[in-house]
Amino acid sequence: MTERITETLDKLSSRNVVKYVVYASAIIIFFSLIFIPPIAGIFLKWDNIQFILEQPALVNRALGAIQNSFIIALTVAALDLIAGIPMAWLIARGKNRWLSIIDTLADIPFIIPTTALGYSLLLFWSGSGGVSALFGESIVSTGWLLVMLLHFTFSFPVVVRVMVGALLDYKVEFERASRTLGAAPFTAMRTVTFPVLRPAMISAFILAFARSVSETGATIVVAGVFENGSVFIQNIKTQFAVSNPALYNGAVVFASFILITVSVGIFITIRLLGPKLKLPLKRVRPQTERKLSYKTAERSRNTVILAVFFALILLPSLFVALSAFEAIPTPTFTNAISGSGIWSDYWQSLLLSYGVGGIVTVLNIIIGLPAAIIIARNKAGKFMSSIFDLLVNVPLVVPSIALGVSLGIFWTSSLALPDFILLVLAHLAITYPYFVRSMAAAVERISPDMEEASRTLGAKPLGVFRTIVFPLTKYSMLSGAIMVFTRSVSETGATLAVTSKLQTAPVLLVNWIKQVVPASQLDIALASGFLVLFSFIILLILRLVVGREEKY
Amino acid sequence: MPEVRVVNLTKKFGNITAVDNVTLTIRDQEYFSLLGPSGCGKTTLLRLIAGLIEPTSGEIYIGDKLVNDVPPEDRDVGFVFQTFALFPHMTAWNNVIYGPKVKGFDMKQATTVGHEVLEMVKLHERLDAYPGELSGGMMQRVAVARALAAGAQLLLMDEALGQLDAKVRNEIRYEIRKMAKDLKLTGIHVTHDQSEAMAISDRIAVMRKGKILQVGTPQELYMNPDSIFVAHFIGESNFLEGYVTGKNKEGNIIIELREGTKVEALNGSFSEGSNVVLSMRPETLIVEHGLQEGQNVVSGVVERITFEGSSIRYEIRLDNDEMVIAIKPTLSGDWLEVGERTKVFLPVEYTRVFPYPETGLKEELSVA
Ligand SMILES: Nc1ncnc2c1ncn2[C@@H]1O[C@H](COP(=O)(O)OP(=O)(O)OP(=O)(O)O)[C@@H](O)[C@H]1O
Ligand SMILES: [Mg+2]
Repeated sequence: MTERITETLDKLSSRNVVKYVVYASAIIIFFSLIFIPPIAGIFLKWDNIQFILEQPALVNRALGAIQNSFIIALTVAALDLIAGIPMAWLIARGKNRWLSIIDTLADIPFIIPTTALGYSLLLFWSGSGGVSALFGESIVSTGWLLVMLLHFTFSFPVVVRVMVGALLDYKVEFERASRTLGAAPFTAMRTVTFPVLRPAMISAFILAFARSVSETGATIVVAGVFENGSVFIQNIKTQFAVSNPALYNGAVVFASFILITVSVGIFITIRLLGPKLKLPLKRVRPQTERKLSYKTAERSRNTVILAVFFALILLPSLFVALSAFEAIPTPTFTNAISGSGIWSDYWQSLLLSYGVGGIVTVLNIIIGLPAAIIIARNKAGKFMSSIFDLLVNVPLVVPSIALGVSLGIFWTSSLALPDFILLVLAHLAITYPYFVRSMAAAVERISPDMEEASRTLGAKPLGVFRTIVFPLTKYSMLSGAIMVFTRSVSETGATLAVTSKLQTAPVLLVNWIKQVVPASQLDIALASGFLVLFSFIILLILRLVVGREEKY
Repeated sequence: MPEVRVVNLTKKFGNITAVDNVTLTIRDQEYFSLLGPSGCGKTTLLRLIAGLIEPTSGEIYIGDKLVNDVPPEDRDVGFVFQTFALFPHMTAWNNVIYGPKVKGFDMKQATTVGHEVLEMVKLHERLDAYPGELSGGMMQRVAVARALAAGAQLLLMDEALGQLDAKVRNEIRYEIRKMAKDLKLTGIHVTHDQSEAMAISDRIAVMRKGKILQVGTPQELYMNPDSIFVAHFIGESNFLEGYVTGKNKEGNIIIELREGTKVEALNGSFSEGSNVVLSMRPETLIVEHGLQEGQNVVSGVVERITFEGSSIRYEIRLDNDEMVIAIKPTLSGDWLEVGERTKVFLPVEYTRVFPYPETGLKEELSVA
């Protein structure tokens, strides 16, 4: 039976009409569900902008907050590159067998839902039991510095991951050639390796930037009175959503519009100008660069980077686990397990988070696959495909709360969609780039020769996909899917923006931490602890999957 | 300029021994080839000399200086990679002057050096092109120019011609040799193509499974291979199995081939009863109409004929079922036909005898 179906589908797939329909619908779905709603929505409430413009103080507050967003995102992305590249170098090139453990640990801050991560950092840096216990006072209180530390922490793994991948793909031959031509290791790295890896650095920078601009949940947790764009939108909501909806709408549309335009502007500038940016090989200073290449220099570099990683990133990220352990012998734990009181909401929210995550993952695979093939194989013509490639990244750089605001307006202004559908649509838009990008990269790695060979051997297009493309990319597909899932589970901003009825786990956690719901420190720690634990399990699966891929 | 000497050099990768206790001297200004089948350790040996990898044990000397602890950038070697490894983000010209620049030369000095070497490799066009836009032959020239501009005294080339088509390859290989000679460089050329090694080398080292089997001039290796493998790998050889039944009065040995045919062969140092392999170059066999029965004449049937232009190649199945190859000049007339019965004369003066290999003949001839 199934054979008959695949056979029919195979036959259908070689018809041009069918191919056309599949690719066209991938593009139509992209524009109608992913690309347009998060951008166009705000224009439907454009008129409300006048209400905020009447209040210069509020305008200034909005502009200041937005400026903070971009300053922090750009600084954090730069710092992440500075810290992430030596780390990636150590992981990709080092010979120590402990490095594969460090490699895994480096992913942790990426996997933990950011709200839990934010709470962990809060406890570590300014809580009474964290580093403050050592110094007698809280060294980093809530505010911009803690926001920076937080953003640095959760975007660091992104940079490391991208750069490790790039370094592993990089042909070491170039570096060897440079050495035999008289370059010391440092010189070779500076003049050959880095310029060749520039595209990877650019995309690492964009990803770190996007994550920082986009993050809401954890930022609210650690921001205190400090505001960036996302926090501003959320604060405005609590302040005015009920008392003055027109002003609320105006302020939100105003802030979202600027956030979206500037983010997309920065993204396009980096994408277009980055590759043209020439790092001229200035005069080399052989003696100095030689000193920088010494084994001792390399060793101290590695020590510093590992120290930074453990003290600034890993330890603060996992600190909440300590408090969660403290909760185990207390009644809080029994409450949690039995789901009594506020905990029944917690488990429900967790169920909602994982449910939405699952649905979004499946939808992404269905609508993302043809899109990935369009990009990887220029199915829409070279020019259109590369435009498509560029646009696919847009939801990545749009701050998620702004995206949620706009998308919410777009769908509710014409249709009365239930909150759950809105939630799914918002998460779908946010996670779409992750799956498509990783699939497109995987398909690009398959030589077209192989597909052509299979065609000449008699396979129909769908057959080629089933027998060649799918087996060769299934691990990338799995790891792309897991990325989508974790991203969806950790998403706060867009969730806050599209619904106030449904509470996903990170939203609930924000409410607990902000004491919207009376929860004790132990409750919060334990709730974060569970999220960390589940994340670990996901990380483990991810490792198994990716580990298997490497053997290919 | 320098002499290169490696002593008891070994390199292991896990449990693979890629270079196995090699001792070798490459003379000053010599053009030397490392020849051997794929995976025999040529690249590894070259990388060891360049300092790109560290030996497990043994010493490397470049011009009398022990360089084990000298990093590659200080060995004054030029390494031309099989894939050229031209920096993709630099133009051809910037690739060429990369060496002088990283050595701290100012722009003016670097430019002078660059022009000098480009003159040598006869490359004047398309210097503004990026490597991806150049033809294989041009990439090759740029790669060599880049190595020379860095002041290389020792030119190491790893299958540096492998990517070029046959015609360009034949031209360039002589050019590189000539340039190395003109500049009084020492050159080490890695290849698995024996005709290339024979054509351009002063001396060749034949490698197999990490070991050096024989070092010599192309003529020496061809005329006096001292192992079955070398006889097989350099040029072409027929191998016939047999055992020694005795000696004749000239001191030559008598070998009984399979199925009882007895032939006489040079070399008296085998004792009676020892298993041996008789080896003969195809061009030394004589196949003609009208050959008479006699000493060292065997017979068989022509199975295949290949016309190779200046010569004709006959594959003949002997009556004892062994195959031999005979090559005759085309112009000698007197051609045989497929299926024809013929006699084959094995002249004693061209025979070489090797002890029968312990692992069997087939294994000995395998290039893996
Ligand atoms: N970095 C490495 N790690 C592990 N094994 C290696 C490494 N480099 C080489 N080898 C092994 O060492 C042996 C010799 O390799 P080498 O590259 O020197 O061969 P080669 O003679 O250059 O072959 P080819 O003609 O195919 O280039 C091979 O068995 C190879 O698999
Ligand atoms: Mg090799």
